[in-house]
Amino acid sequence: MDPRRALQERMLPRKNSKENLDRFIPNRSAMDFDFAHYMLTEGRKGKENPAASSPTKEAYQKQLREVFGMNRTRILAFKNKPPAPVELVPQDFYTSVQHSKPAKPRRYIPQTSERVLDAPDILDDYYLNLLDWGSSNVLAIALGTTVYLWDACSGSTSELVTVDDDKGPVTSVNWAPDGRHIAVGLNNSEVHLWDSTSNRQLRTLRGGHRARVGSLAWNNHILTTGSMDGQIINNDVRIRDHIVETYRGHNQEVCGLKWSSSGRQLASGGNDNLLHIWDQSMASSNSTTQWLHRLEDHRAAVKALAWCPFQSNLLASGGGGNDRCIKFWNSHTGACMNSVDTGSQVCSLLWSKNERELLSSHGFTQNQLTLWKYPSMAKMAELTGHTSRVLFMAQSPDGCTVASAAGDETLRFWNVFGTPEPAKPAPKAAPEPFANVNRIR
Amino acid sequence: MASRTIAKDIITLRGSAAIVSEFFVYCTIGAYTQKKVKKYGLPMLLTQDEGVKTFIANLTAQLSEWLEGGKLQRVVLVIMSKATNEVLERWNFSIETDSEVVEKGVSREKSDKEIMREIQAIMRQIASSITYLPCLDEPCVFDVLAYTDKDVAVPFTWIESDPKLISNPQMVKLHSFDTKIHKVDTIVSYKNDEWDEQ
Repeated sequence: MDPRRALQERMLPRKNSKENLDRFIPNRSAMDFDFAHYMLTEGRKGKENPAASSPTKEAYQKQLREVFGMNRTRILAFKNKPPAPVELVPQDFYTSVQHSKPAKPRRYIPQTSERVLDAPDILDDYYLNLLDWGSSNVLAIALGTTVYLWDACSGSTSELVTVDDDKGPVTSVNWAPDGRHIAVGLNNSEVHLWDSTSNRQLRTLRGGHRARVGSLAWNNHILTTGSMDGQIINNDVRIRDHIVETYRGHNQEVCGLKWSSSGRQLASGGNDNLLHIWDQSMASSNSTTQWLHRLEDHRAAVKALAWCPFQSNLLASGGGGNDRCIKFWNSHTGACMNSVDTGSQVCSLLWSKNERELLSSHGFTQNQLTLWKYPSMAKMAELTGHTSRVLFMAQSPDGCTVASAAGDETLRFWNVFGTPEPAKPAPKAAPEPFANVNRIR
Repeated sequence: MASRTIAKDIITLRGSAAIVSEFFVYCTIGAYTQKKVKKYGLPMLLTQDEGVKTFIANLTAQLSEWLEGGKLQRVVLVIMSKATNEVLERWNFSIETDSEVVEKGVSREKSDKEIMREIQAIMRQIASSITYLPCLDEPCVFDVLAYTDKDVAVPFTWIESDPKLISNPQMVKLHSFDTKIHKVDTIVSYKNDEWDEQ
């Protein structure tokens, strides 16, 4: 039974109050007749295709928003909903609220890099992805036709592979989630899979792309590859016919590719200024899948992509030289929640795993790394040192350190997200029997 | 319950914030849940469910805090279809805060009784709004949105959101109430029923 009906039935108009505030007639003097007229006459046109609004209409709406002060407004949704009625709130947010949280002391962010390594012959090409830090704490970097591995624990460098000149240079590297296998994308459209422990090549993926593979992203056993031919291919690396799905949508090089942490959604950015969100739920039988969202707000190439670790469905994207904006998206609805003009080409984005912060790397003129507080987007720090645009960034597995590489042929390390703990003694092999003492009672 | 100045007719910022945030709660969540309770001189429905009580307590605490700081611009209750996530109803409460009170801490005079009467009138309007609001036949979920000033620190139980507007809505403006410190306007928008061709 409609609870509202129940409420009304119980209301007894017993008391005749002196002021007869008529409940049925709304506040006519406050009706916005201009708006009502607009909606009556113009409203229906916009109904079918809200996305296709004319430029003047968009400019008008933007003006309206500014007039109503939307630029100084933040919209927040309360997520701590009760469980009994139907709920859509992800369980991670339904925890007890602590109103009196002691303010954390501001941490010190070192303004200079902790360490600088040489990266000779690194390609100064915006569209490639030549740096990645694996979960086994080994950093992989591609310099020309060679892939080097740098072990962060021991500080030692080794060479993984040097590819032939006719196949190379290397255009992308990406560690698999196990931190042991690594994918290497090449200029000739092939992708090689290597085992870094035994230093052996396991496999070559070929025949899918027709141009260089500049972007890679792993989703368990699926390796997603993005190419200059505009295609994105999901490869199942365990089987012989490795191409299991193709995403068509970009018409220029795919330079940004990131899977969400749940593995259900893929974000892709291209030189065509498009940002696509692909969803596993839309997989079709004829293996050409339609995108879930096509977002056209950026006015330059979209390479920087990062999924938020503490809020699912939140994606940050960064635009190239003509755009310079960081935009925040709800990947569920496709709505753009915020856009910030950074003033400089955005090459890469990384979310902090420990705090609500976002790190962006830039080009002309400062070549800086900027640390932003989220969601206020206040600048917390600007790290300079590189002398050319900071094209590549990667984050250590413990979340404290960021490695950045630029066309100035240096690889720099910044303890921007926190201070790494000093190396602990080797962890115990078996957990102690009463490790969870507080659960016994 | 938030404490409130009972002394005569003086309204303080905190008292006003308490009145306003309780109003939101009873007006929105309260109207949709189970147990009968008397408030504002009218029988209201409220819940016994602990989860819902905690939810309401957290919500009012946060809204009160923002109201006292003069940082809350609007509160919106959005009702969406569980299946399609489409917004079916949108209750928009706009708030005008007397900034002098927030900045200088002065107090205002208005009788509690009169404020209650204004709130009563709105409650009746809301209850009677079922006569023109479309029936909600399907399972629905709700969201509470707060429009705050940009410099507000976001607490952990709130996340950034889009406004969740209804396209081509029907809108009805209800009565407003004023504590002399906070003035609250209420508008309900609902999705145009397809059969309603004018």
